[in-house]
Amino acid sequence: MSASTQEINNLINQEYKQGFVTELETDTFPIGLDEDVIHRLSKVKNEPEFMLEYRLKAFRHWQTMKSPEWAFVKFDPIDYQAISYYSAPKRKEDGPKSLDEIDPQVLEAYKKLGIPLDEQERLAGIAVDAVFDSVSVATTFKGKLKDAGVIFCPISEALREHPELIKQYLGTVVPHTDNYFAALNAAVFTDGSFVYIPKGVRCPMELSTYFRINAANTGQFERTLIIADEGSHVSYLEGCTAPMRDENQLHAAVVELVAMKDATIKYSTVQNWYPGDKNGLGGIYNFVTKRADCRGENSKVSWTQVETGSAITWKYPSCVLTGDNSIGEFYSVALTNNYQQADTGTKMIHIGKNTRSTIISKGISAGHAQNTYRGLVKVLKSASGARNYTQCDSLLVGDQCGAHTFPYIEVKQPSAQVEHEATTSKISEDQLFFCQQRGLSAEDAVSMIVNGFCKEVFKELPMEFAVEAQALLGLSLEGSVG
Amino acid sequence: MLSIKNLTVNVNDKQILKGINLEIKPGEIHAIMGPNGSGKSTLSHILSGKAGYTVTGGSVTYQGKDLLEMAPEIRAREGVFLAFQYPVEIPGVSNIYLLKAALNSIRKHHSQPEVDAMDFLTLIKDKVRLLEMDEKFLYRAVNEGFSGGEKKRNEILQMAILEPKLCILDETDSGLDIDALKVVAEGVNSLRAADRSFVMVTHYQRLLDYIKPDFVHVLANGQIVKSGGAELALELEEKGYSWLEDSKAAI
Repeated sequence: MSASTQEINNLINQEYKQGFVTELETDTFPIGLDEDVIHRLSKVKNEPEFMLEYRLKAFRHWQTMKSPEWAFVKFDPIDYQAISYYSAPKRKEDGPKSLDEIDPQVLEAYKKLGIPLDEQERLAGIAVDAVFDSVSVATTFKGKLKDAGVIFCPISEALREHPELIKQYLGTVVPHTDNYFAALNAAVFTDGSFVYIPKGVRCPMELSTYFRINAANTGQFERTLIIADEGSHVSYLEGCTAPMRDENQLHAAVVELVAMKDATIKYSTVQNWYPGDKNGLGGIYNFVTKRADCRGENSKVSWTQVETGSAITWKYPSCVLTGDNSIGEFYSVALTNNYQQADTGTKMIHIGKNTRSTIISKGISAGHAQNTYRGLVKVLKSASGARNYTQCDSLLVGDQCGAHTFPYIEVKQPSAQVEHEATTSKISEDQLFFCQQRGLSAEDAVSMIVNGFCKEVFKELPMEFAVEAQALLGLSLEGSVG
Repeated sequence: MLSIKNLTVNVNDKQILKGINLEIKPGEIHAIMGPNGSGKSTLSHILSGKAGYTVTGGSVTYQGKDLLEMAPEIRAREGVFLAFQYPVEIPGVSNIYLLKAALNSIRKHHSQPEVDAMDFLTLIKDKVRLLEMDEKFLYRAVNEGFSGGEKKRNEILQMAILEPKLCILDETDSGLDIDALKVVAEGVNSLRAADRSFVMVTHYQRLLDYIKPDFVHVLANGQIVKSGGAELALELEEKGYSWLEDSKAAI
């Protein structure tokens, strides 16, 4: 192995800066899962009857299913009876009414993560819902959003306050029978965010949810539902972190987006769950189902994701392009390092006429990591004039990692145009030496080259997130050279 | 500025440089000429710190310090610049971004503050004009889709911005048409200064028509077989390299 390959490999020993644990008194269910647990869960969340029935239906279906094995990832079978399905910081019966009532330790934890929940300290223009383990602990700027008619609250609150909306939309994009993890989520989801943007409203600020797993031996099952009614517009961001632990923890979320006629949803993710240590010990299993239904004409959904964390990522944010002229976009950067594994991509299902989709995927693999792009572009017979453009690039850092691409294309409509481009490249020693010869450290050089590689995706992120994402990429590669 | 003493270098256990001696004083231009495979590029790589070479003997002292001890980026920050024979492409990274990052890393090394954005823009636009480049080049990805001539000009642009003390030009004339060669040569000449030295590695004499060297050294089979003034280059042009190699063999 030459000197600079060695350097690249060294760059990989990064420190995970969000790995602290917050000591808290919690209400945590004993480990294990059966119908009784689901009854208790529904009760503790004070849910309407229909929700309990939905959960039980999902649970019964889940029991008939098998964990999927088609993804290009390897892990030991998960013992679902060894996980606790509910953990929440102790609090008063009806939940905190103001920030003063939130456990100061929780506030401190978010502050440490750079997410102050105090509205005075918040950057103007972003409202935050903070989900800590199984519950939402705070949602900021609720008043201001309410004035605009926007509903932004924990989904458990929406279940109590807006049951008609939940009943109408929940499970309509990702049914409880969809897949193994979605079924499990439907049975045991605890919290997440709910967003409703009424007709013609342009949401006055960016909405964001910040997910934090804290407790040990728990799973996080969050559920997010965003409905953009006719002619509305919303931009939503999510961020995720977890403490460093030796055991793997499961995060199985479901996100459903519904865009009605002329509505636009922009959904951005910076996922930085604990990736495990440099020997592959510990880390989060991030098994997530994200799907959008572009239900109305001219609706548009844009997914942008920067995935740097998790031991294993299994995630395919997708768009069902039902409405005529609707648009689906997927911009993704997935970076895997050390022993991380990612099998991620998207599905674009063209149903309506003249529907268009764009897929830009950038996979970066370093250390001993395996990084897979898996994508499906499906054009139904009804989708005359449909168009898709897919670009799928892989970058290898070092010589111990792998990059894989599995694109599936199914076209049943002869007028459709589908384009697919793919490249695989390696950071060359010549590139690295060139940058060093201009005065940059090997670390800065790799970071710069990787950032250049991801440029097309970063420019889709909201400004502040783009800066965070670039810094995160640098961090995730820290120690991999020099 | 630079003192090379009895330098021997191996690549994969094969000796490429077999005892090089060279003294370069501030302000001087030295041309290193020689046939293919004589070790010219090895010399420029070893001075700039490229991996893959093993120094088996001798020393290189740069401004009083042991150059071979320094990491490549430290050499760069201390003022050693290599204009590459084959400049690499870096997709997605704009020229101007690379230049700014490079300049700031050098300034930081010398405990200077980061360059002011406006000052930087003024500086860079000046140099772009000097090299008769289009400003659009600044915003294009480093060398991506550049012609051979544009890449070489880009190297000289970087040199002009970073203002190194020891400039090593590795076959900068290769792949250039005569107009581009003139522009590049003018760029180099404009950088000549009493405290800046140049090592020009070249196969042909024609670059030396435009950049007049103080000394010419002929490298053959890993050794400097002859040194002289600018007139030596003309002699080489006329006679080729073989007479030197032969004479060396005869000694």
